[in-house]
Amino acid sequence: MIIYRKTHRVLVQGITGKQGTFWSEKMMACGTRIVAGVNPKRAGQTHIGVPVFASAQQAMEREPFDIAVMFIPPAMAKDAARDAIEAGARMIVILTEHIPAFDVMAIHEAANEHGARIVGPNTAGLVTPGEGFVGIMPGHNTNIFQPGDVGVISRSGSLGTLVCLNLTRAGIGQSAFLGIGGDPMIGTTTRDALEALDRDPRTRAIVMVGEIGGSMEEQAAAYAATMQRPVVAFIAGRSSPPGKKMGHAGAIVTGNAGSYASKRAALEAAGVTVVDTPSEIPTVLRRRMAAEVAAAE
Amino acid sequence: MNFEEYAAKKEVLMPAGVPIPRGRLCKTAPEAAHAFDEIGPCVIKAQVPTGKRGKAGGIKSADRAKDAEARAAEILGMSIDGHVVETVLVEERAEIAREFYAAVLHDVASRKPLVLFSAEGGMDIEEVTATRPAALRRLAVELTQGLEPQAVRLLLRGLDLDGAEEKIAEILQALYRAAVTYDAELLEINPLALLRDGRIVALDCKLTLDDAAAFRLGDLPLLAAREKQTELEQLGSANGLKFIQLDGNVGVLANGAGLTMTTMDVISHFGGRPANFLEIGGEAYTKAEPALKLVLSNPGVRSLVVNFCGAFARTDVMADGVVKAWQSLNPTIPVFFSIHGTGEEEAVNLVRDRLGIEPYALMEDAVKAAVEAAR
Repeated sequence: MIIYRKTHRVLVQGITGKQGTFWSEKMMACGTRIVAGVNPKRAGQTHIGVPVFASAQQAMEREPFDIAVMFIPPAMAKDAARDAIEAGARMIVILTEHIPAFDVMAIHEAANEHGARIVGPNTAGLVTPGEGFVGIMPGHNTNIFQPGDVGVISRSGSLGTLVCLNLTRAGIGQSAFLGIGGDPMIGTTTRDALEALDRDPRTRAIVMVGEIGGSMEEQAAAYAATMQRPVVAFIAGRSSPPGKKMGHAGAIVTGNAGSYASKRAALEAAGVTVVDTPSEIPTVLRRRMAAEVAAAE
Repeated sequence: MNFEEYAAKKEVLMPAGVPIPRGRLCKTAPEAAHAFDEIGPCVIKAQVPTGKRGKAGGIKSADRAKDAEARAAEILGMSIDGHVVETVLVEERAEIAREFYAAVLHDVASRKPLVLFSAEGGMDIEEVTATRPAALRRLAVELTQGLEPQAVRLLLRGLDLDGAEEKIAEILQALYRAAVTYDAELLEINPLALLRDGRIVALDCKLTLDDAAAFRLGDLPLLAAREKQTELEQLGSANGLKFIQLDGNVGVLANGAGLTMTTMDVISHFGGRPANFLEIGGEAYTKAEPALKLVLSNPGVRSLVVNFCGAFARTDVMADGVVKAWQSLNPTIPVFFSIHGTGEEEAVNLVRDRLGIEPYALMEDAVKAAVEAAR
């Protein structure tokens, strides 16, 4: 499970904070079922119409949930994630940036042990147009997101937003937006997201927005080679100098590993169309989808 | 954050129980001569956070105090890979019998700490991996279990280590503990030397600590090597902005790392050269004014692209900041806007009404215009 559905019940950890409150209200207005929140100091109260509990464990007993989304500062993220995992959440969406890597590893170990899926850290979240969203995306903005049959995967929230906006303007709706996060070590990888969309009956084609650094796009390419559905990709960072962190901790090229050229070559060899600029995506996508239909007939 | 050799050895390896050679850090050539009197035949090593010291002439040997002084004088003030040498390490010269390699690093694929050991040390580990892949042993560790003695024995099994197995096993465990304790992204000993007298010492150490863990590392971050930064980049850091100066002429102001990189890419795609990376997403989205000042202070800038796509960040707040900054700084270069997402309508109206500039409907068009204007 990685695609958000309106049947999913959502817990917000850190719901009473400024960002937690702001985005919880936006999520609810968009149709997301937020059933509970966590703040140990305000347990027993109701905040923006949602019952607040001392822990995810306690919330699970009274208001069972599927997804936990965290508005939690980096130093407390590990404990909050463990709480949600041990409570039995099926998916934890970690928006927090700058969590120490050893804490992220500890979160992964706990998630593996309990069979929970981690999205992030440093993700902007998940949007399913027409159903709702989890995270800090403008999922409520219908200029940007419209229901449709194209799945979008992105390591970056801002760039993912731009891509969805371009699709919507071109009259192409989205089946799901999967933000996976800009950190080098993230729970759900590009490959995982690609596989989830490939299995989704509502998704006909996929846009993959990658970045320089790491080898996630290369691994996704190996999976893409086995797919029937068309995939169009854009890789950010072609002009970034090697050895410098370009904002995202994951976007750094060391030696030849993680370079634009290696990612592009791997994707193209797998049958993925790689475009030079984001505005080419709708046109190329439409062409690939039309070819797919023609081949089926 | 990166550390120079001596800081890594003294602050991390030694407290963890990994033996290091006797050494003294010196700032002047006469200090190096004094250090020689204490230490005897020695190696003088430039302290800079880069692996290219030897080839650059930053590591030299001395048999007399006078030599130590002369060699230190040669090395101090050298520039190696852009770092000016301000200190040298005068270290006892080891009688090496054999060199190994040991490291602990983050394994992104398994999301676990990874212990590496090779019975061949001294050269680039990439070279060992390429030429003799079997020589490099790797072990991904469960954080909750830690590195268990039995796992280390298994890791070293079948390697001929000249009777040093026990000592190496202890060092690997100490290294692992240190990596976890100090939140190391990379803690590498190369070479780990077996000496003629049977001792094992860390001859060199490379240490990178996790920036995100700085809050729990006490005073250690204060000892980190200074990053290579231009004056403007330092100014950016001081303002809490991630600014990277590049050698192009089209300034970039965008929100979010992905969109900023993409703006740079599109500039290059249309034949232009980006002048900077500057991210003002996340919590920095209200910092439009200091950000704009920074971009405009870059002497190469001849036009500017402002590219906002608001998700978390509100474009109206960012645009308001840019408009105010533009009016107060009154720059002479042309500016091209592309604004989309949260707060778009207000932001577009703001730019139109207060600057008399019409934002572009397509980011590519704004970029194309900026590239043309910079020619």
